[in-house]
Amino acid sequence: MKIYKYGDNVDTDVIIPARYLNAPDEKSLASHCMEDIDADFASTVEPGDIVVGGSNFGCGSSREHAPLAIKACGVKCVIAKSFARIFYRNAINIGFPIMECPQAVDGISPGDSITVDFATGVIENQTTGETFQAAPFPTFVNGIIENGGLLHSLKARGIAK
Amino acid sequence: MGMTMTQKILARAAGLDQVQAGQLIEGKLDLVLGNDITTPVAIKEFEKAGLSTVFDKDKIAIVLDHSTPCKDIKSAQLCAICRDFAHKHQITHFYDVGQMGIEHALIPEKGLAAPGEVIIGADSHTCTYGALGAFSTGVGSTDMAAGMATGLAWFKVPQAIQVKLTGKLSPYVSGKDVVLHLIGMIGVDGALYQSLEFYGDGVTSLEMDDRFTICNMAIEAGAKNGIFPVDEKTIAYLNGRVERVWTSFQADEDAQYARTVEIDLSTLRPTVALPHLPSNTKPVDEVAGKPIQQVVIGSCTNGRLKDLREAAAILRGKKVADGVRCIVIPATQQIYLQAMEEGLIADFIQAGAAVSTPTCGPCLGGHMGVLSDNEWAIATTNRNFVGRMGPTSSMVILASPAVAAASAITGVVTDPATV
Repeated sequence: MKIYKYGDNVDTDVIIPARYLNAPDEKSLASHCMEDIDADFASTVEPGDIVVGGSNFGCGSSREHAPLAIKACGVKCVIAKSFARIFYRNAINIGFPIMECPQAVDGISPGDSITVDFATGVIENQTTGETFQAAPFPTFVNGIIENGGLLHSLKARGIAK
Repeated sequence: MGMTMTQKILARAAGLDQVQAGQLIEGKLDLVLGNDITTPVAIKEFEKAGLSTVFDKDKIAIVLDHSTPCKDIKSAQLCAICRDFAHKHQITHFYDVGQMGIEHALIPEKGLAAPGEVIIGADSHTCTYGALGAFSTGVGSTDMAAGMATGLAWFKVPQAIQVKLTGKLSPYVSGKDVVLHLIGMIGVDGALYQSLEFYGDGVTSLEMDDRFTICNMAIEAGAKNGIFPVDEKTIAYLNGRVERVWTSFQADEDAQYARTVEIDLSTLRPTVALPHLPSNTKPVDEVAGKPIQQVVIGSCTNGRLKDLREAAAILRGKKVADGVRCIVIPATQQIYLQAMEEGLIADFIQAGAAVSTPTCGPCLGGHMGVLSDNEWAIATTNRNFVGRMGPTSSMVILASPAVAAASAITGVVTDPATV
């Protein structure tokens, strides 16, 4: 696995530029993911890689195409100091794991080997031996993620038909 | 414990007497909104999950505004998906080319947002309707799909930042300068997960179009929503538009706020935001003289009638500078028509500006004004991120309609008081 580390305020326009929103299929989104901030990302990312960001990750547009693009690349999760709120809920709603943990962001460098445990929120940097604790999701939110996203969760609860 | 305006609206939507910051609730929705970019993704999720019916065909609005009139085949195909879905489910508030406007100008104009209502939209600038005392917030396509199916959405009850406005705006200073100044003060994540609740003597002096602009850019400070108290100007705006019963909510005296920010409107100068963040603000005086190649006057932030009047007043009888492309986009058909009747469209055309049918187009680098390499634009839009209006080397300066119009005449960033 590889780490892709970025700074603060990674916005949805650089995660997936608007010029590609007219083709919202996963393959197309993945092929342009992070293009305007990291031109090599889409061609080098592999399943299981982890994206690390600073504060306010995913700010800007409400486009769900942004977490969809990162997920479609096979990225295991995004760890950030904080997430913009629409990106945060979009990731949860599509069942894509995100972890908010400022200490982990400061303690992870590109090239490190990282393991994450979504159930406990524990992030371990195997390269440095440090472990970090991300804030756990509330039960309600965990229910959405465990059901594979919002719509499946609403169906499981019998609310959506 | 006292509640903020937002908390009171969310409590009612959730059927609760009391909510507190941090609480997760499920609230009933009064309107679910989407556009031609986000709705197709929602429809795909809706159908993939095997959902068959919408909760209320009168409480869903689909507005084809981002890539319309369609800029290419793929955009046309996305619009066709929206059209088919709207037809199949008999969506009452479906707006196609000819009736559509930029969604956040159109929804209030059509009376689809009212005080106390809870509105989600698969577009980040859905926070605009807080100007009417509604709780409205941007969400994603899956939220839209779930909202269309169930009429419900989950929310984490936000804390609020209280924004106290005092004094009155000076000439050539407008709502855009207020919100850019505020974002410059608190930063692009200054209100993350929080509400921006405006109050104070200064509120009454602000026109509705200024309040729409201010709430529109609440998201640019990371806010969940922005909201104004309902007053006589709000009621005057609602008259003739909204016939259903609505409820206005005032914050409790003992409501708790994360903090209070104070802005004396009389001290504000025309303000611009330099690339690449809306928080990178400067008084126009400090940037004056910077050459630009394109001017965009329009968008969900500043395409309303007051904006066009202010721009036209500056451009009237003048000429757009050589080497500058000035694009004016009335936000709705109604605004376009009224601007025409007032002679504003003639002012723009005689000045050498291009006037477009309503579209989000250039704001997100879609069409109708995309930049080339290393070009600079001054725009009344809401974002100046890397690559927002063109290639990554292109630059956007955010400004008010008055500053944008003045800059169109001179070809450089200009204080409107000087032209």
